[in-house]
Amino acid sequence: MGLRNIIGRRLGLGLVRRRKPFSTATCDGDGNGNAKSINLYSAINQALHIALETDNRAFVFGEDVSFGGVFRCTTGLADRFGKARVFNTPLCEQGIVGFGIGLAAMIVNEAAKFRYRSGNQFNCGGLTIRAPYGAVGHGGHYHSQSPEAFFCHVPGIKVVIPRSPRQAKGLLLSCIRDPNPVVFFEPKWLYRLAVEEVPEHDYMLPLSEAEVIRQGSDITLVGWGAQLSVMEQACNEAEKDGISCELIDLKTLLPWDKETVEASVRKTGRVLISHEAPVTGGFGAEISASIVERCFLRLEAPVARVCGLDTPFPLVFEPFYMPTKNKILDAIKATVNY
Amino acid sequence: MAFYLKNPRNIINNLKSKVGLWSLMKQSHSTCCYSSCLNTIHLHRFLPLTTLPQFTNPESISHKKGHFPHFQRFQSTTTEKQIDSVPNDEHNQVLDFPGGKVVFSPEMRFLSESPSVYSQCYRVLDDAGQLISHSNFVPVSEEVAVKMYSNMVTLQTLDTIFYEAQRQGRISFYVTSIGEEAINIASAAALTSDDIVFPQYREPGVLLWRGFTLQEFANQCFGNKADYGKGRQMPIHYGSNKLNYFTVSSTIATQIPHAVGAAYSLKMDKKDACAVTYFGDGGTSEGDFHAAMNFAAVTESPVIFICRNNGWAISTPTSDQFRSDGIAVRGQAYGVRSIRVDGNDALAMYSAVRSARQMAVNEHRPILIEAVTYRVGHHSTSDDSTKYRPADEIEWWRMARDPVTRFRKWIEINGWWGSEAESQLRSSIRSQIAERAEKPPVNDLFTDVYDNIPSNLREQEKLLKETINRHPKDYPADVPI
Repeated sequence: MGLRNIIGRRLGLGLVRRRKPFSTATCDGDGNGNAKSINLYSAINQALHIALETDNRAFVFGEDVSFGGVFRCTTGLADRFGKARVFNTPLCEQGIVGFGIGLAAMIVNEAAKFRYRSGNQFNCGGLTIRAPYGAVGHGGHYHSQSPEAFFCHVPGIKVVIPRSPRQAKGLLLSCIRDPNPVVFFEPKWLYRLAVEEVPEHDYMLPLSEAEVIRQGSDITLVGWGAQLSVMEQACNEAEKDGISCELIDLKTLLPWDKETVEASVRKTGRVLISHEAPVTGGFGAEISASIVERCFLRLEAPVARVCGLDTPFPLVFEPFYMPTKNKILDAIKATVNY
Repeated sequence: MAFYLKNPRNIINNLKSKVGLWSLMKQSHSTCCYSSCLNTIHLHRFLPLTTLPQFTNPESISHKKGHFPHFQRFQSTTTEKQIDSVPNDEHNQVLDFPGGKVVFSPEMRFLSESPSVYSQCYRVLDDAGQLISHSNFVPVSEEVAVKMYSNMVTLQTLDTIFYEAQRQGRISFYVTSIGEEAINIASAAALTSDDIVFPQYREPGVLLWRGFTLQEFANQCFGNKADYGKGRQMPIHYGSNKLNYFTVSSTIATQIPHAVGAAYSLKMDKKDACAVTYFGDGGTSEGDFHAAMNFAAVTESPVIFICRNNGWAISTPTSDQFRSDGIAVRGQAYGVRSIRVDGNDALAMYSAVRSARQMAVNEHRPILIEAVTYRVGHHSTSDDSTKYRPADEIEWWRMARDPVTRFRKWIEINGWWGSEAESQLRSSIRSQIAERAEKPPVNDLFTDVYDNIPSNLREQEKLLKETINRHPKDYPADVPI
């Protein structure tokens, strides 16, 4: 799979790995304590600083991480923690991951099956792979991709996607401390543009827990990452037409929180899933199939999917390819009026 | 398999005319020892099937590619002369293992991780553009030399125009080739138009040499309707099947094994052509580089690997990239003949590539060329390299080691160029490019995913058109529906 596919902005396989188990107790990062308004890459940077600070067996390595990273996520880490813990690797994604697996578990092999095939004698749970993903306005084929569906098809790893700076910091710390290998996709589009109040202290957000970020009663929308803000705009417009939308951020795609989504669908009877990745074989297909299996009699309309087209991600045609607010709005109306 | 000789000088002299390498073999060479044989030319020894012991077990024969048809398929068309075997005394017994021929020794000696001397770097012109004495090179006619220089200057101009366009927001992205003009143009000049090129992304000069116009470059960068790539890719992702230049993709090193496959095809079709692929120092760390080199050697494919070792992979210096003595030394590890060349010496580049091509095509073998140079520009317009390297280092390479100026001095010394010609050239390079605002039609979103448009895409196209009709403001005006 084409993880090495970026000119310049490497899928910065920034790898983070730690060797000690960590308490998975979480606090939700709300409210108390100091919070500063920062963007996504700064929030991720904070999480990495905290991870290295709190675990002296944690490392960050990958393409161009030493000088701060092509998206600035690893700024200051090498200076603060030294070259032995924060370092550039050669340009080889298979090597980076392989090295990371070994470092996390002292034997080299594939992350997902590691624990299972050894009968739990060995694991590489301390491994977290960070990679940028998603449309950015001018990325073309290789700098706009959303490859999450590939990884969701691999039992044994976790796949996590934050929607905002505050979410990113807490989720990343949970990923790093989770005793399973995790792939953490960061929406490139939001690195600079998304700005939010982020608590300065150490906090974690739970994995495999979806969040209802907007309450509603007529239709359930499910999404993740940068797409949520587009969906939110569609929800706002739908409201003007008297349609009450419930919006869920999945956050963890694998293993995903079926219960929260089902509970919402039992309330609304309708569901729409939206993602940038091509519709065929996208993760929306899994959600749709699962909901139909479990909520068939409750459904008032077919499950709708508003997604990218089944083509390589095009440059000048990007606006046509994308699942826009209006495409979502049209689908909301069609579903509600089914 | 490499074959170590006790008296390399004699045997090499003897074989000079027969193997056709004489023009390259004027280098002095040390006597063979385990760790520093880098200067010695290692000749591939071809083992005819009949010298192997005859096993009745068919598996062991096929393990050696013994099936006759397969064997024929990989055979070079020019069989090389058998080298005299090593004297067979008790300490230097040669034995055949299935894994290769070995020479035993009772002395335990590890191969050093690094050579006692750095691998030699071939250069012909000094920094002042003067021909180095006792140099050997492939002669260049005045016409070709002047064309090379003009193209190097044009490449510089191209870079300036498009870099500015990006800074002004007229294109979204650009990648310059500053400092690597000699690699681009001299290598292109040494190839023929039938040779198939698999670029990374810092080799537009090869396209330029072959006749790609400024407007054609612009069309791709602007993604307009005249772009051969139909507006689908980011700027600098040029391609031209007419000029035998495969379309650039952003992915690092993926083109290297492609080139090997293409070379094999050329060999099968008995074409007088080779495949050429370019990549940077960073690209050699990718698994694809390893796979490609190995496949090329085993399949005996006429492919030239040109590594632009420019010292940087975005912010990653070569010290973080590898610990080998550069790239050329790796050739031997795969059984690939290699050379290290001063990439800023256009004449040396030309000679090396020309010779490499001859060997590749006539002997059906891969060649690895490591061109050492410096990436004067930033990695791309998304990069600011002063963040990770000193500004004065960049300036020094830009001015003192400029390959274009160096070549200019040489052609001036030859009386082939002067200041009048220079000013004529500079003023004549057309810097006008039409942006042609219209983009390709939206139908081109759906074509070419497959040869024919499948039903799911037809359906998506239909739905998209309906969406566009309902919400025209969501869509750019310059893309015809």
